Amino acid sequence: MGLQIIKPNTNLDFIGIRKVAFILSAILILAGLGSLLIKGGPKYGIDFAGGMIVQVKIDKATDVNAIKDAVDELKLPGLIVQSLGLEGDHEYLIRTSSSAISSEEVRAKINTALSDNLGTSFEIQRLEMVGPKVGADLRSQALEALFYAVLLIAVYISGRFEQRWTAAAVMAAGLAGGVYGIGLLGLDMGWLILVALVITVGLCWYLKLNYALGAVAALIHDVIITVGLFSIMNKEFDLTIIAALLTIVGYSLNDTIIVFDRIRENTIAKQGKMSFGSIINLSVNQTLSRTIMTSATTLLVVLCLFVMGGSVIHDFALALLIGITVGTYSSIFVASPVLYGFGPSEHPEAEAEA
Amino acid sequence: MQSLRLRAAIALLVVLLGLAFMLPSLPGVKDSSLGNILPGNGINLGLDLKGGIYLTLGVDMKTAMDNNLARLGDDLKASAREQDVYILRPTVLNESAITVTLIKAEQKDAFESVIKDYTPFAIEQATPLDGDKVKYVLSVPPKYRSEIEKLTMDQAIKTIRNRIDQFGVAEPDIRKQQDNRIQVQLPGLEDPERAIKIIGQTAHLEFKMVDDSADLKKAQQGILAPGREMSVLLHRQANGSYAESPIVLKRDAVLTGEYVSDAQVRLDQWNNAYVALTFNARGAKIFTDLTAENVNKRMAIVLDGKVYSAPVIRERISGGKASITGNFTREEARDLAVVLRAGSLPAPVTILEQRSVGPSLGQESIDSGVMSAMVGMALVLLCMVVYYGFGGVVADIVLLLNIMLIMGGLAAFGATLTLPGIAGIILTIGMAVDANVIIYERIREELRRGLSAKQSVAEGYGRATLTILDANVTTVIAAIILYQFGTGPIRGFAVTLTLGIITSMFTAIFVSRILFDLYLKNRADNAKLSV
Repeated sequence: MGLQIIKPNTNLDFIGIRKVAFILSAILILAGLGSLLIKGGPKYGIDFAGGMIVQVKIDKATDVNAIKDAVDELKLPGLIVQSLGLEGDHEYLIRTSSSAISSEEVRAKINTALSDNLGTSFEIQRLEMVGPKVGADLRSQALEALFYAVLLIAVYISGRFEQRWTAAAVMAAGLAGGVYGIGLLGLDMGWLILVALVITVGLCWYLKLNYALGAVAALIHDVIITVGLFSIMNKEFDLTIIAALLTIVGYSLNDTIIVFDRIRENTIAKQGKMSFGSIINLSVNQTLSRTIMTSATTLLVVLCLFVMGGSVIHDFALALLIGITVGTYSSIFVASPVLYGFGPSEHPEAEAEA
Repeated sequence: MQSLRLRAAIALLVVLLGLAFMLPSLPGVKDSSLGNILPGNGINLGLDLKGGIYLTLGVDMKTAMDNNLARLGDDLKASAREQDVYILRPTVLNESAITVTLIKAEQKDAFESVIKDYTPFAIEQATPLDGDKVKYVLSVPPKYRSEIEKLTMDQAIKTIRNRIDQFGVAEPDIRKQQDNRIQVQLPGLEDPERAIKIIGQTAHLEFKMVDDSADLKKAQQGILAPGREMSVLLHRQANGSYAESPIVLKRDAVLTGEYVSDAQVRLDQWNNAYVALTFNARGAKIFTDLTAENVNKRMAIVLDGKVYSAPVIRERISGGKASITGNFTREEARDLAVVLRAGSLPAPVTILEQRSVGPSLGQESIDSGVMSAMVGMALVLLCMVVYYGFGGVVADIVLLLNIMLIMGGLAAFGATLTLPGIAGIILTIGMAVDANVIIYERIREELRRGLSAKQSVAEGYGRATLTILDANVTTVIAAIILYQFGTGPIRGFAVTLTLGIITSMFTAIFVSRILFDLYLKNRADNAKLSV
């Protein structure tokens, strides 16, 4: 037998320390939400807000302010210059909130401004322009993506775990109807997601779909914390971050389901012999080696991506790094205690052992 | 263990297939003799990896409809005249209706039968006016509108494709999207701005007669004789920019770009580039008649509403050739010839979204992406062997196999590998070991319970399979949604993620089991197992 991180028959009392975990989660969530509130919502990248970015690579290290001064005379609205990637890359991002000027014009202007003022060679590596209409469309597409992901996953868990496809279908219909209704009011993306999630949690609770409730709670927890930390770190939201968030959703659930699977198995095996809390504790401990091992290997590769993956996927990797860490934590400290709080599934014996 | 041989054969077959599809992606293999017998051409690299342009174009459907209705109105006028029914020039009312005035009320019946027989119009309203005239409002049915929209989109795409083909880009990708949008992807392009200019130019070429008798001052104040319009004449400056001066034109085009069969760049005696046009047979006849009728008058060559040159017609020009001069640079003349040859866009297009990535960033992205993947993978391989011993070796073998299958799968399905796609593979590496970890932890549990190695392996696989399936389905759901709603690079990520999950289940559950069974096949029941 190889190495062991977790000794067999380890029995840590996860349910017992759930209050500490709740406080920790609450602090993280509130900090993130507070940051979002102060900053007036997430900071959208050009994918969602529209505008133009130009990525420039300069031959030698240049002060951001020097570049800003160089392009300042162009009078581009909402001009922001920032450095990108790692220290030695000398890559800079010039961003303007306007998409009304032609890219040709911007490219030419930046070329002239930089060659006049910097006195070193440079290269325009990337230029992206998103018009306001497309930006709004991409925003609503991202909303739909997140919404359908949560919806389908909640339905899948309810059906698969509790063999209650009817309840799952009721939930799907209720959620779709609710969100459609809210959509008619013309609320913006953030509110729509919030409402969709509240409806999901409410329906899970009402229909006593406790496994789905635990899993969805953990997933919301992870997404909110990741979004909040991104806001605190002043990172922008663009399409790749949405991809990262959906990956986190997938990963977080993956992790939660493996623990839940064990809980379900133990609930059937030890019915009447153990309290539900002990069953959960036992299950989390039994899967602990796996949880740690898998998270460690996944984090290892994401860390490589973060450190060496280059400027373009840097923020994407950062989101994954946060999300996977939080996702691992939440499957142990959020999903299982929520399931504990609401009790075992109503009909565990109804299912077929496959 | 009779089925062991069968299972091994299946696994071997899949592995060979994967290998056959993956190998052409490796540099060196594609062009070798081995590359010739292998299927496919390897993995397509996305724009973010090889550089290039991604554009979303919006087709101005309102202008397209206006133009179409104006043309229908002209046709109506012509058809009416053939029946000796006279109407005033129709005007476009809105996106689905025109108004037209019938000069003599007694021709009402004749006119209405012309409408019915020759046009798709329906009469919405007919109002008698003073002086024996009747004013009609004519509309086209919604079905006609949607047909025109479809035709406009198809023609726009065809025109853009023609232009890109002439511009010479390998593997362009042009697609129709919803909301009258067109998505264009041009990989590996050096000069994005020039390409955008060529794609976006409407290139509506018209020949119009200049009205030199008009008073320019009055015209600039908006006082114009009927059937006249203002335009601007471009003069090229020494520094390359254009200056504009006003010019009055007769509104009706005497000839349009539709009659142009070819356009070429030529150099005149002073080495200035100009565009030589060749008309088709019908155009040549019109042009000959026109020049004969208008000797000593000026004819304006109008492109997208601007006059590039307005030469005086010295004599009748036969042979169907004309030229556009305008002090062009050679490159400008070449690009102009390209758009004229490829035909005009049926409606103006605007660039709604544009992403261009330089080839150097692309190379950097590949290098750093591949580098981080290699390092990440090496670390994971090491971890697994250290932690699980023999089991770790098995996990490593199937992990490498898994990556090979993902690459082969991407090549086989013709998917495009993007930077987020590489991230997807890297993430899969991390998550692929998950299945093995779940299985091994189960096997360890069974071993602790005192079961034999063979029994533990069988139990471990049996119990873990369903868990793995459950856990992965949710990730696949997320990936499918990403694919459905995402564009470009995000789709690439979704594809690799889905493929990665499928192949990792195959390798971790199916193939690794074979390796364990082979290992334990000829061993005693009480043999030790390093997991």
